[in-house]
Amino acid sequence: MKDCLLRVAENKQLGKDLFKMVLAGDVSAITAPGQFINIKLDGLFLRRPISVNDADGKTVTIIYKVVGKGTEMLCKMEPGQELMVLTGLGNGFDPGAAGDKPLLIGGGIGTAPMYMLAKQLLAMGKPVKVVMGFNGKDDVFYEEEFKALGCDVQVTTVDGSKGIKGFVTDALPEDSTYFYACGPEPMLKAVYKAAKMSGELSFEERMGCGFGACMGCSCKTLTGYKRICKDGPVMKKEEILWED
Amino acid sequence: MGRLSVNLCGIELDNPVIPASGTFGYGYEFAEIYDINCLGTFSFKGTTRDPRFGNPTPRIAECTGGLINAVGLQNPGVDKVIEEELPRLAKCFHKPVMANVSGFSVEDYVYTCEKLDKEPQVGWLEVNVSCPNVHGGGMSFGTNPESAAEVVKAVKAKTTKPVIIKLTPNVTDIVSIAKACEEAGADGISLINTILGMRINLKTKKPVIANTMGGFSGPAVFPVALRMVYQVAHAVKVPVIGIGGVSTAEDVLEMMMAGATAVEVGAANLVNPMACKDIVDSLPAAMDKYGIENLSELIGGTC
Repeated sequence: MKDCLLRVAENKQLGKDLFKMVLAGDVSAITAPGQFINIKLDGLFLRRPISVNDADGKTVTIIYKVVGKGTEMLCKMEPGQELMVLTGLGNGFDPGAAGDKPLLIGGGIGTAPMYMLAKQLLAMGKPVKVVMGFNGKDDVFYEEEFKALGCDVQVTTVDGSKGIKGFVTDALPEDSTYFYACGPEPMLKAVYKAAKMSGELSFEERMGCGFGACMGCSCKTLTGYKRICKDGPVMKKEEILWED
Repeated sequence: MGRLSVNLCGIELDNPVIPASGTFGYGYEFAEIYDINCLGTFSFKGTTRDPRFGNPTPRIAECTGGLINAVGLQNPGVDKVIEEELPRLAKCFHKPVMANVSGFSVEDYVYTCEKLDKEPQVGWLEVNVSCPNVHGGGMSFGTNPESAAEVVKAVKAKTTKPVIIKLTPNVTDIVSIAKACEEAGADGISLINTILGMRINLKTKKPVIANTMGGFSGPAVFPVALRMVYQVAHAVKVPVIGIGGVSTAEDVLEMMMAGATAVEVGAANLVNPMACKDIVDSLPAAMDKYGIENLSELIGGTC
């Protein structure tokens, strides 16, 4: 974990309420895909946690949806402006567990952290299959970017306006060795039930500190109480305990 | 004795800055990013007789100038704290630590305090009769003078270390409760715990916090906390620890002028993990600015 002053290098709209921001500076604390950063914004008390889409040693990229005050402020930031950012938070995905045929599953904005994971798996010589689910075609993002990396991409939409009509669970391949999933909790639950192979799921929760101090985002697992921010956000399929 | 040092119930602190319970875990998250021995001490996560998961999530809500939390005393229980947390803490913190204790009955408080009292690392017992986030305990002991005094008396009878009682602001007359605790033998009083608060999500029309209400803290509560510290410090002779919205060295000076011997810093740690170190580092310059030679001379130094 490092608290660094990062400079906005880019902040552009990708779709309706959807933005991509590139922040430049010391991002050396980011060590794994699936980690997140926690951004301080003037006038708001708590920082805003957002997952890492990509990081290259000099910059970190985030993709975020405007859903409240914090992300509204974020989307108005101009290149050159600076932000205090806690970097390298959370455990992240374990690319080493992928096996021969990893499957990446993203739901909505949960697709964002799959990008850095896909890059790492491809660099390890693995063929990467991506299933990404959205409400409708206007919500789809990064399909081309994943294809450009060399991933086999399947889009699903709830309304059928693009790709397979339905949910990500309607498009899961049979022959994958391991899955990585990030998205809304109902999707994670459906993937957990549908997937025959082992895998990892990334959760979200309202956080206080984002680095394990306040116990604001705890959850119960089969291996004890975990803090989503510090022990997660990524949990192994085998340790997950659904409470309802 | 340095110019920042103060004496808290017979134990010398290098400075009066103490991270507040529940915002600092058992210390090691912070020890990863700075040497926490620069602190006066810290008050560790509220510990109970048995392990507790706490309340359902969401437990946190953003507010103007602070946050609401309803964690509900999540902790591994006193035995695990002694077996696992304290030995781990000993590797990164070499000063007496403040043990924060909660309970659901007088017997609970005594049981947990007695065990922690025997631990050489523990310098003070901070007895929390003010948690707003648990039912049938916590705050209910701190909302009237008799029950608060009963806890103090029972704990004092079975322990040897200084007992600091942590009070809730969610009462009509905090001074009468503080005085009752002093009479019952409390060696110090810390205040304030969080103020009971609430937020509603306009989109879902439901409370943001799963537990409906929670404790509000952060810079916004500082004036309320300062007023109560002033009132209590002028009514009791035992040392008072000022808590509530402290985020800067100037806030520390203000709390001490109101009568606090030491100061706990809570919500600020959650936003800036370096907050307490920053406050300690900036105290000498703030003292110079206001012509304060020694902090210990400042305590209660207002008309």
